[in-house]
Amino acid sequence: MMQIPCPFCGPRNESEFSFGGPVKPPRPDPLTVSDEDWTAWLTQVPNPLGPVQEQWWHVRGCGTWLSIWRDTRTHEIVEAPDDGR
Amino acid sequence: MTAGNRLATGGRIDRSRPLNFTFNGKPYTGFQGDTLASALLANGVRLTARSFKYHRPRGIVGAGVEEPATLVELMGADASGNRPATTVPLTEGLAAKAVNCWPSLEFDVGAVNQLASRFIPAGFYYKTFKWPNWHLYERPIRKAAGLAAAPSEPPATGHYETRYGHCDVLIAGAGPAGLMAALTAARAGLRVMIADEGCEAGGSLLSRRLTIGGADAMNWVAQAVAELAALPNVTHLQNATVWGYREHNYLMVTERAPANPSLLERTWRMRAGHVITATGAIERGLVFGNNDRPGVMLASAVQTYVNRYGVTPGKRAVIFTNNTSAYAVAANLAAAGVEVRAIVDSRDSVPDDARAMVPGIEIMAGKLVTEAQGARQLRGVAVAAKTGGSARIISCDLLAMSGGWNPTVHLWSQSRSTLRYDEPLATFLPDTPAQAVSAAGAANGALTLQDALRSGAEAAAQITGAQSPEIPDAPDLLYDIEPLWRVETTKGRAFLDLQNDVTVDDIHLALREGYSNVEHVKRYTTGGMGFDQGKTGNINIIGTVALAQGLAMEQVGTTTFRAPYTPVSFGAIGGLREETVALPYRHTPITDWNLAQGAFMYEAGARWRRPGYFPRAGEGLQEATNRECRAVRFGVGVYDGSPLGTFELKGRDVGRFLDYLYSNVMSSLKPGHGRYGLMLSDDGLIMDDGVCFRLDEHRWIISTSTGHADAINGYMEEMLQTRFPGWNVFITTVTSQWNNATICGPKAREVMAALGTDIDLSPESFPFMSYRDGTVAGLPARVVRVSFTGELSFEVNVAPRHMRDLWAKVMEAGQPFGILPVGSEASHVLRVEKGFLSLGHEVDGTVDAYDLGMGWAMSKKKPDYLGKRAVQIRREGAAPRRELVGVIPEPDRQIPEGAPLTPGGRKERTEGFVTACVWSVVHEKWVGLALLEDGHARHGETAHVRLKGGEVIPVRVTAPCHYDPDGEKLRS
Amino acid sequence: MTQRYSALSLLRHGINRHTTWAPAWRSPPLKDSYDVIVIGAGGHGLATAYYLAKEHGLTNVAVLERGWLGGGNIARNTITIRSNYMRDASIPFYVKSVALYEAMTRELNFNMMHSKRSMIDVIQNYPMMRDRRRRQHIMDIYGSTYEQISEVEVRRRIPALTGGGPDARLPVVGGYVHTDAAINRHDAVAWGYARAIDSMGGEIHQQTPVTQLLRGADGRIEGVDTPRGVIRAPKVAVAVSGHTTTLTETVGLKLPLRTMNLTAFVSEPVKPLVDVIVNCPDAGFYLSQSDKGSLVIGGAPDPGQSFRRDIKQTVFEDTVSAMLSLFPSFKKLKFLRQWGGHLDIAHDASPIQDETDVPGLFVTAGWWGGYKAIPAGGLTLAHLVATGRPHPLMESFTINRFRHLDYVMETGTTTAR
Repeated sequence: MMQIPCPFCGPRNESEFSFGGPVKPPRPDPLTVSDEDWTAWLTQVPNPLGPVQEQWWHVRGCGTWLSIWRDTRTHEIVEAPDDGR
Repeated sequence: MTAGNRLATGGRIDRSRPLNFTFNGKPYTGFQGDTLASALLANGVRLTARSFKYHRPRGIVGAGVEEPATLVELMGADASGNRPATTVPLTEGLAAKAVNCWPSLEFDVGAVNQLASRFIPAGFYYKTFKWPNWHLYERPIRKAAGLAAAPSEPPATGHYETRYGHCDVLIAGAGPAGLMAALTAARAGLRVMIADEGCEAGGSLLSRRLTIGGADAMNWVAQAVAELAALPNVTHLQNATVWGYREHNYLMVTERAPANPSLLERTWRMRAGHVITATGAIERGLVFGNNDRPGVMLASAVQTYVNRYGVTPGKRAVIFTNNTSAYAVAANLAAAGVEVRAIVDSRDSVPDDARAMVPGIEIMAGKLVTEAQGARQLRGVAVAAKTGGSARIISCDLLAMSGGWNPTVHLWSQSRSTLRYDEPLATFLPDTPAQAVSAAGAANGALTLQDALRSGAEAAAQITGAQSPEIPDAPDLLYDIEPLWRVETTKGRAFLDLQNDVTVDDIHLALREGYSNVEHVKRYTTGGMGFDQGKTGNINIIGTVALAQGLAMEQVGTTTFRAPYTPVSFGAIGGLREETVALPYRHTPITDWNLAQGAFMYEAGARWRRPGYFPRAGEGLQEATNRECRAVRFGVGVYDGSPLGTFELKGRDVGRFLDYLYSNVMSSLKPGHGRYGLMLSDDGLIMDDGVCFRLDEHRWIISTSTGHADAINGYMEEMLQTRFPGWNVFITTVTSQWNNATICGPKAREVMAALGTDIDLSPESFPFMSYRDGTVAGLPARVVRVSFTGELSFEVNVAPRHMRDLWAKVMEAGQPFGILPVGSEASHVLRVEKGFLSLGHEVDGTVDAYDLGMGWAMSKKKPDYLGKRAVQIRREGAAPRRELVGVIPEPDRQIPEGAPLTPGGRKERTEGFVTACVWSVVHEKWVGLALLEDGHARHGETAHVRLKGGEVIPVRVTAPCHYDPDGEKLRS
Repeated sequence: MTQRYSALSLLRHGINRHTTWAPAWRSPPLKDSYDVIVIGAGGHGLATAYYLAKEHGLTNVAVLERGWLGGGNIARNTITIRSNYMRDASIPFYVKSVALYEAMTRELNFNMMHSKRSMIDVIQNYPMMRDRRRRQHIMDIYGSTYEQISEVEVRRRIPALTGGGPDARLPVVGGYVHTDAAINRHDAVAWGYARAIDSMGGEIHQQTPVTQLLRGADGRIEGVDTPRGVIRAPKVAVAVSGHTTTLTETVGLKLPLRTMNLTAFVSEPVKPLVDVIVNCPDAGFYLSQSDKGSLVIGGAPDPGQSFRRDIKQTVFEDTVSAMLSLFPSFKKLKFLRQWGGHLDIAHDASPIQDETDVPGLFVTAGWWGGYKAIPAGGLTLAHLVATGRPHPLMESFTINRFRHLDYVMETGTTTAR
């Protein structure tokens, strides 16, 4: 079980969070984007062997959606949101 | 008892407290402080086990968790299987038996396998048992395998517990290095947990006769333990194994005998700032002919039995070693009065300080034991020069062997930290840490006492940043080794893995057949895959492979170290997480009322426990459901709609937020009014449906399906926090802040009037899809005109504290109108008659709004909303769509839900399936809903259901709505 | 000529102290080009090479493996073989795979220890009962079996199942029996295929990691780069569960796949205790007892992408406590070993088997629970590689389906995140 740094609550057990998926590029404008780019945006996510940016929802905590960079090989959190201190 | 094997004095047993126990039905006596193994040896029991494959006689080999040979099954209150006898503390009345032998240990039928052993080498089962099929052989083979019987009952008393813990430093092992590390860290004020698998702290010092600071080393241990006990920042656990090392320095520690008598075991889930693995080292055996005979033991185990338990495991001993550590064993044996007949040392030269330890004992340098003699008990050993030549037979009943020491790197490796092969120590050592972990003491290759103490202190000092403390003087013999992976001039079977009966020949066979990777060798021979996970034998296997292939040890490499370090009971992992503790129900305030009415209750999604139906005496599901449906269609019924997900949204941007979430337009709603809508994912799949009501300019309330409420909440928060952080919208879950009684049926308005309300109930002033705040039966209420049944409905929402009161008043006021409580079974029938959707039935992840005949819900006006673009793209594809239709079975009969529709009822690719089929109380026949390819164009046609076994049922295809298609009733 | 394996041959070689057994496969020298390169000597890769030779006569084939053959997910799964799926697109494929498994011992002259012992789905909730009932009739169309049984019958066939009584949090309400289900020996599958490939002239090269796919000037696949040098081939098939995108991204190809970790664990070996495969979808675990006596237990994938091959303690505890709720006597049973394997999950949670936008480059991926699919997955991929056309059993599982958003929704919902 990982320990995830919540910017409001500090380091918390992974079990307090709900996984929110890897961060995708910004949603393209559906009025102008091509079909191909749209379906690629919908169905493809970053899947690196290494650091990935991903979202977690602190559902059993403060309710924040936050994003961290986590190395998929080690689960080490390599970058986390600023906790303001 | 045979006093001959028990020394009159010495050891850490309490001779004033004898304990009675039985082994294979025979009574014996041991002492407090014994293990089952030490007590058996004290009683002269040599044959204690049969091996797994060949059923060869086996004795006790080790003294701790490394024991490869003697597994026992405990009976009675302690019933559990596959326990190494060396790890079972002796208790009064203990009853144990050997595993894996029938009918008895002495006369074991399976031993016939020994005769056939020549024809059942490693992996033989891949080559045979094929004709006519595996089934013929499987049952007897399964019966023969499997060691002990599984416990048939849960523990009669007591329970397991799990808890969280946090510390700055977690130290695994309370031997000299671990204790020294704990003292160093604790004195610096760090929060320390030190956990050790033994009953007593001390580690190797419990078995060895050494001094620290000029006094008995155990005095130092006692002082260290006392100092740690006095410090508030230290948690010291004995009988507690650190067995798992996970990501983010999260480790699992299981205490086998917590102080609380009602607790069987307790597992700590530890989050450690830093970990020190001071887990000691495990001795390797040596590999020569018949090295499995009872009486062939690890030298360190012999030392433990003599020094710690006051037991002499033999009368005439031979030592066989490739390193210096066994010389102290010889000395201890001699001091205990055992005749040490020779030390056979594979090294050509023996260091002088080692020789000095064993005056008067013959040292046979440059010699090897090539064979152990005797069958059920060791009778002697054959000793020959390394270069071969004639053997000398030395009679003995004990062979203490030492193949060198393997640092216990299991935890270290579990953390994903790396190993390197160390030539001088001839073993694998910790190399690069992958987490905040360091190794200390023998676990890090510090194999003499003073080195171990220093290494423990330094590991802790590195964390505290302080100076490493002064290390007391602790003289120990220098460790010197020459690897000996196997004796080549062996006669008889030479075992590498005693538990799985893996021999040198098996390894060679695997290599010859191309199973050349060490993982292949392990899997093909099963070497190291037993209960002991090869703690004594794995490195010898690697050495044997390296020798055969001409590779360096490092090139062969180790197999993966997997958790757990030693087996852990499932109870200790599950803890108290059982039943409703793990999975609590959600209730509404009238659960007690429902139960008192005899409702059949079950979970119907999202953990809500709800009434399915309210049977009267003699009624089954169908009768009760029909009665409840009739009440709603022809009179009045009431159901508890509280579990529906309910959210209040406030803020300036709620309108546009809802327009983005729902496929239809919500922002145009006037306060007081509501609208049904669909929520799609951006993939264009239907996620949920529900109604939205606008309370005022900036306040809205929305409902979601019960099962999806939590997911939708998360989804909405995600959208707001990550996609529209600037939007002014606040979401509050109010599912449990509002409860409701939904009064439905043609007489609903009369019941509402009878309850008494200040709300004008006329359809003109209070139309369908609007709400009013007011009082009902004297209670503050919000009444909403929605309908999930197709009938005139008033959803009377009150605060939960008023729910029971409301419900009682509704039942009382409704009584003259024949009101009935309605369960979810009837609700299902009523919605199917109306052709209303249910997620999970009609919406199964493949259909879109157009398929469901709800194209009107897909706004054309809004340029963008979730799922719009995806639905367009999907509908441009050529794939035929499955569309929602009604079906009427002809002839009239029930169709099982999920039954496929195939063209003409033929056995071919399906063209849809029946999503629901219910007995319609209005039509007095079975009606259903289905998803059917091109269904919208096929109204009036006949389609065909094909059941398992080939039965075909024709169904007439209709519009989905079987009742009141114009919605006059629900609007009335 | 490959040595036959039989009881008789064991006797004969036993007399020679087993010194006369030939290697099950060779280690031939690596050539610099082949007709087909298969990347990954796991189940799917080996099965593909086997069927390329057997069905299409393609033997100038190299299977490249970065570690040891049979060391991928085929070494770390729960060996469950079954065909109880829900959709027309899936069921016939798995029915075929089950049939190929059943014939494999004889076909490969290698004992797979195929134990057709039935799977019982233990149902503890009415919505799940409905889900299973829906499968029953459609499975029958394709010749797969699924029979409802009563709670009493569930307990009669699984005596150790003593939890889940009427007052339990999740009471057992019935079950479904899938008689086609089986377990077998995973290592035997890998080794049996390897031996057969070798005997037909195919090559398996272990310790040969592919670091880069190579594309020609015309955009076609041209071969692969490895630490042992460049190896050329006009056709390359990627069968490297979990690492699919790692490889395809070396030629700039993106696929709708995420790599997840799925774990399993075993108990200590005990005498026969459970004779069927027990699947408890409501509680969230499944188990079977191996011939060696260990219970093999699996649960849900971990949240989040992972290449770590570890077990999440939280997921592990969920699985164990779910198991103990139905099998309370297992509290005193001991857990012996656990492992994780990474697999890739496609956006719609169904497999992908197709030629990619890089001509000549084929992928087979998204097989979570891919053990049961090995023989049919190899058969169909070999067909696709050899003929250039999808095998009829795999027609729905193209990459193109994501361009039309025509998902194969086997799970009945959108994918887990």
